[in-house]
Amino acid sequence: MSRHTLSVLVEDKPGVLARVAGLFSRRGFNIESLAVGPTELPDVSRMTIVVTVDTLPLEQVTKQLNKLINVIKIVELDPEASVQREIMLVKVRADMETRSRVLEAATLFRAKVVDVAPDAVTIEATGKDDKLMALLKVLEPFGIKELVKSGMVAMGRGPRSISERSVRPSDRSA
Amino acid sequence: MGEKITGAQSLVYAMEAAGVTDVFGIPGGAILPLYDPLMDSQKIRHILVRHEQGAGHAAEGFAAATGRVGVCMATSGPGATNLVTPLADANMDSVPIVAITGQVPSGSIGTDAFQEADIRGITMPITKHSFLVTNADDIPRAIAEAFHLAATGRPGPVLVDVSKDALQAETEFHWPVQMDLPGYHPITKPHAKQVREAAKMIMAAKRPVLYVGGGVIRANASGPLRRLAEMTGIPVVTTLMARGAFPDSHPLHMGMPGMHGTVTAVGALQKSDLLITLGARFDDRVTGKLSTFAPDAQIIHADIDPAEIGKNRQADVPIVGDLAEIIPELILAVEAEQVAGKVGEYEEWWTLLSRMRATYPLGYETYDDGSLSPQYAIQRLGIISGSDTIFAAGVGQHQMWAAQFINYEHPKTWLNSGGLGTMGFAVPAAMGAKVFPTSSSSPRRTAATACAASHPTRSMRRSRRPWA
Repeated sequence: MSRHTLSVLVEDKPGVLARVAGLFSRRGFNIESLAVGPTELPDVSRMTIVVTVDTLPLEQVTKQLNKLINVIKIVELDPEASVQREIMLVKVRADMETRSRVLEAATLFRAKVVDVAPDAVTIEATGKDDKLMALLKVLEPFGIKELVKSGMVAMGRGPRSISERSVRPSDRSA
Repeated sequence: MGEKITGAQSLVYAMEAAGVTDVFGIPGGAILPLYDPLMDSQKIRHILVRHEQGAGHAAEGFAAATGRVGVCMATSGPGATNLVTPLADANMDSVPIVAITGQVPSGSIGTDAFQEADIRGITMPITKHSFLVTNADDIPRAIAEAFHLAATGRPGPVLVDVSKDALQAETEFHWPVQMDLPGYHPITKPHAKQVREAAKMIMAAKRPVLYVGGGVIRANASGPLRRLAEMTGIPVVTTLMARGAFPDSHPLHMGMPGMHGTVTAVGALQKSDLLITLGARFDDRVTGKLSTFAPDAQIIHADIDPAEIGKNRQADVPIVGDLAEIIPELILAVEAEQVAGKVGEYEEWWTLLSRMRATYPLGYETYDDGSLSPQYAIQRLGIISGSDTIFAAGVGQHQMWAAQFINYEHPKTWLNSGGLGTMGFAVPAAMGAKVFPTSSSSPRRTAATACAASHPTRSMRRSRRPWA
């Protein structure tokens, strides 16, 4: 079993997320994270899906995904050749005594303080999963009151775009 | 045009433009606006059924017998959910049908309104695609796309759910419409290199078998298949879904493989060194335990659906495309090999197969006391009604007997529920098959059904609503 990151271009239509999520559950695959959002093209959304699965079933799920009418293109992103980011918001216990040490930890990880209360601070951090986990480990002793993470978003390095040649208007007549 | 019409009228025009001649259905509240213009249509005949499941299977029977898209209609809620079984059935057996369902008015969607069911959502995993239309202006495009999706690529069921207010709203009808399916590009033309590779393997094999599935029938590729078999002399097996794709009377035909297949067909696959798989999907009823299926065989796997290739059995030579293009190209490639002096040598193979065929023919018990075997009855039915008859079966023992003991000489003469195994399929499917389009030049053929006693009417009953 290994971790794979899929970038899926889909039509921005109702029910697309349900179709994709349903396909994974129906075929017995567990989605580790899923993030959806708009792209540089109108009417096209992009999903970044992280799954832990063997190579062979991954090929099958990719083919099944491709069969969904609203799915335009699927690319597996190599972690070595792509930028991968998650965003995390974490509310940490911090009183007068500990606040400076909490802020120091945040600075070390190039995280930002986005909210301050008398006995807590909210920190925003972005990065790869391992960096966020490391920050969490440092913050844990102070007391974590609340935590939220986005799904991973990822993009291939270099000048090329995955939407090139696949969804430009000229191709849009079926 | 520019003429102001209702969404319902637009839907009828769109169906007419898509070539619909017959629809099977039951009216009900949400779909009712559609029935007025439908009644006025000179081109479309509505056939009232007793249960929406029957409408769905009738549409399947129509589609499987004619090769055209079958159409069924139902109202919202319980009407639509009654279509779930035939949609799943059509999805498993790649039958091109379009289901049109009424939906509660768009303002009421999501409020648990009377007779509301999210049929678009319910049918997501059991259709090729499903639409919800809430704007009357979108109706023609949705219908065009639905028929296009159902009929092209790997055929399958498509559902179009139309809200009642969209049926009642004012709109204009324009045809043809620009389809917007940026993610749908079925591959029809096979990769030339793969085809050449396949031809080489066929020439080099000692014990090849043409493993023929229902895809050959859906692709109308029976003619080319026969040519390929005859020019190479390779034995043919036809799966349950492919009965009729290759004439049963043909000396190259080994019968049906699988759990209920002939010894020769199963033996041929098991001892083969090359399976030329055409529109078949290595279903568990054919393969049994996958790890022991055709253990010595290399695999050529040709299918229109890339997801079938490598799903159950790894393919040595995958060919994605339309069998109506693949087989003719394969014929050319094989011809080229033959011209180059390479001819497959299958003499030993045929010695073995002929011995198997002579030793283990299909058979059944006969009785001395005058009572008849059911197999005999089915066999006689086949002989008496002749090879132009379309046969429909439900699911179970009688289905297997009908597959084994009736001789199928032509494609599209055998209708059954293969993948889903839907009992109650036979009667509505036969009815659908009997409804040949009035404009069609094809001869009107008899439809016979073989049914197990327990379920001839299983999909035909529907309890009446107390107030109806």
